[in-house]
Amino acid sequence: MQVKANLTIKRLIDKIVLVAFFAAGFITIFVTVGIVYVLITEGIKFFAFPEVTLKEFLTGKEWTPTFFDKKFGIWPLAAGTFLIAGIAMLVSIPVGLILAIYLSEFAPHKLRETVKPIIEFLEAVPTVVYGYFALLALTPVFQKFVPDLNSFNALVTGIVLGIMILPYTASMAEDAMHSVPQRIREASFALGATRFTTAIKVVLPASISGVIAGFILGASRAIGETMVVAIAAGMYPNLTLDPREPVQTMTSYIVQVALGDLPHGSLEYQSVFAVGLALFIITFVFNSIAIWLKSKLREAY
Amino acid sequence: MRESLPLDTYKEGRYVIGKDLIFIIAGLILVFLVMSLLLSVIIVLVLDGWTRLVDPSFYTSFPSRFPERAGILSAWVGTVYVMGGAIFWSIIIGVPAGIYLEEYARKKGVIGYIERLIEINIANLAAVPSIIYGLLALGVFVYIFNFGESILTAGLTLGIMMLPVIVTSTREAIRAIPKDIREAAYAVGATKWETVRDHIIPYSLGGILTGFIVSASRAIGETAPLITIGALTFIAFLPPSPITSDFPFISLKNFKEVLLSPFTVLPIQIFNWVSRPQEAFHINAAAAGFVLLVLTLLMNALAYIIRYKVRRKYKW
Repeated sequence: MQVKANLTIKRLIDKIVLVAFFAAGFITIFVTVGIVYVLITEGIKFFAFPEVTLKEFLTGKEWTPTFFDKKFGIWPLAAGTFLIAGIAMLVSIPVGLILAIYLSEFAPHKLRETVKPIIEFLEAVPTVVYGYFALLALTPVFQKFVPDLNSFNALVTGIVLGIMILPYTASMAEDAMHSVPQRIREASFALGATRFTTAIKVVLPASISGVIAGFILGASRAIGETMVVAIAAGMYPNLTLDPREPVQTMTSYIVQVALGDLPHGSLEYQSVFAVGLALFIITFVFNSIAIWLKSKLREAY
Repeated sequence: MRESLPLDTYKEGRYVIGKDLIFIIAGLILVFLVMSLLLSVIIVLVLDGWTRLVDPSFYTSFPSRFPERAGILSAWVGTVYVMGGAIFWSIIIGVPAGIYLEEYARKKGVIGYIERLIEINIANLAAVPSIIYGLLALGVFVYIFNFGESILTAGLTLGIMMLPVIVTSTREAIRAIPKDIREAAYAVGATKWETVRDHIIPYSLGGILTGFIVSASRAIGETAPLITIGALTFIAFLPPSPITSDFPFISLKNFKEVLLSPFTVLPIQIFNWVSRPQEAFHINAAAAGFVLLVLTLLMNALAYIIRYKVRRKYKW
């Protein structure tokens, strides 16, 4: 009897734990649901204001929420965001690709094991520290070479962001290349190919979906990065493609409003959620493509 | 194997070897550049912030409008409290979720569908910009739950942000445990929970801990989501201490006050100082930035050591 009672209790505990653990997993879904709910319900309140139309928001070229004549066209913010992310990718893709190929195909094992944690540490450096570095250390240096470089500018911010996302563009791409089975390389060597040829013509094509997934996640990270941009790029909504000028991104606009003392429910305040929704949709698309590409790589090997 | 290929196997001779060599040199230069850049960040912070770093009152003073008197006391105390909350929330949700997906998942039927949804969802959450989490916290914790702009809200926000990394690292740590271990446990009559409690969790603890420290080191430097929930930059008081001198040493009333008190954290203090025009405040920003950078560096080093130790302890 005793044994049987114990067993019942044990089975009961087992069931309770199962349900509790499942619930913990299920909570993570609520996080996404919560994000979508907040952005949509609060975003709708923004579009309910008579000053705002969806058409102007999506196509307007002026963003002047603090002026008397308020205009809410997201293009200046979108242009700032993509300008900085574009500069970041211009830096990060070549550097990341060379680093990835070098570390995966050429570097001795010991060097690889030392360098990878250092590259991954680039992401752990607090973003305010990068902001400080970009604004107060790098920009003065760049101003000596680049004429008319504003002390707040997209150029230096983009370069620093490009380095910051190396954990994705270098390290994740390297992971993908490293996961290509050794036998494929051996086959290439057996045909007389050099390591360079093997790396470029065999390993890289074989792992391309993982490499590109790393690039896309890096771009998504650059689009969503906030503090470096808020500190070093200025907070001036500027529809320009000139990297020497100050720009405002979607993220730094959110910071600007959050720093002010605007009451909940006011027009400017609600605009933050509309911008946040646009940002969420953009990064969501990028992330989904990256996740899909990564699963393709996993299927291949 | 690859290293030992004799040179004469290269058909095209020196030219191609040259290409290999160029690539090796380019790779080494880039490795060197990345390292020196990281080093120069550290050097810049030390040089700029030196006068404040060596001043003991910098660590024991409240912020002030006089830069030479301003300190980081309320900022680092706030960081400790907020991280305590974040660690609590991310552990009690993240670790069980990770264990569920790896050990319990049925992978069929309606439940299987939900499980796949959870997996995709976590992969996506990992890449959501941090400021979006700030908007979530503002909408849910501040306006719906009325937690206010408090340590509780901040801890919850950062805890949720840490979840994806913790779930993923928990799963990876568990996946490395061979199936035999589980079957041996079942064979002697252990229930699933007993197997998880006595074998799966202890063996994967190193991996879980590593992921955990890495995600905490990210969260500690995170600024954006805390700005949107309205963390203040000028806090000239400390929350009441939840630990008291008389029995039972923990005051629940004080604890509740701590949770609901306004706060500032190191990265927000740095952001405030760096965005002021006076250069004297930039010195403070550099000094506080160095303190924060050293914290994250130490945490990452610890994670690296634990990972190395675990790899040597368990060989399957």
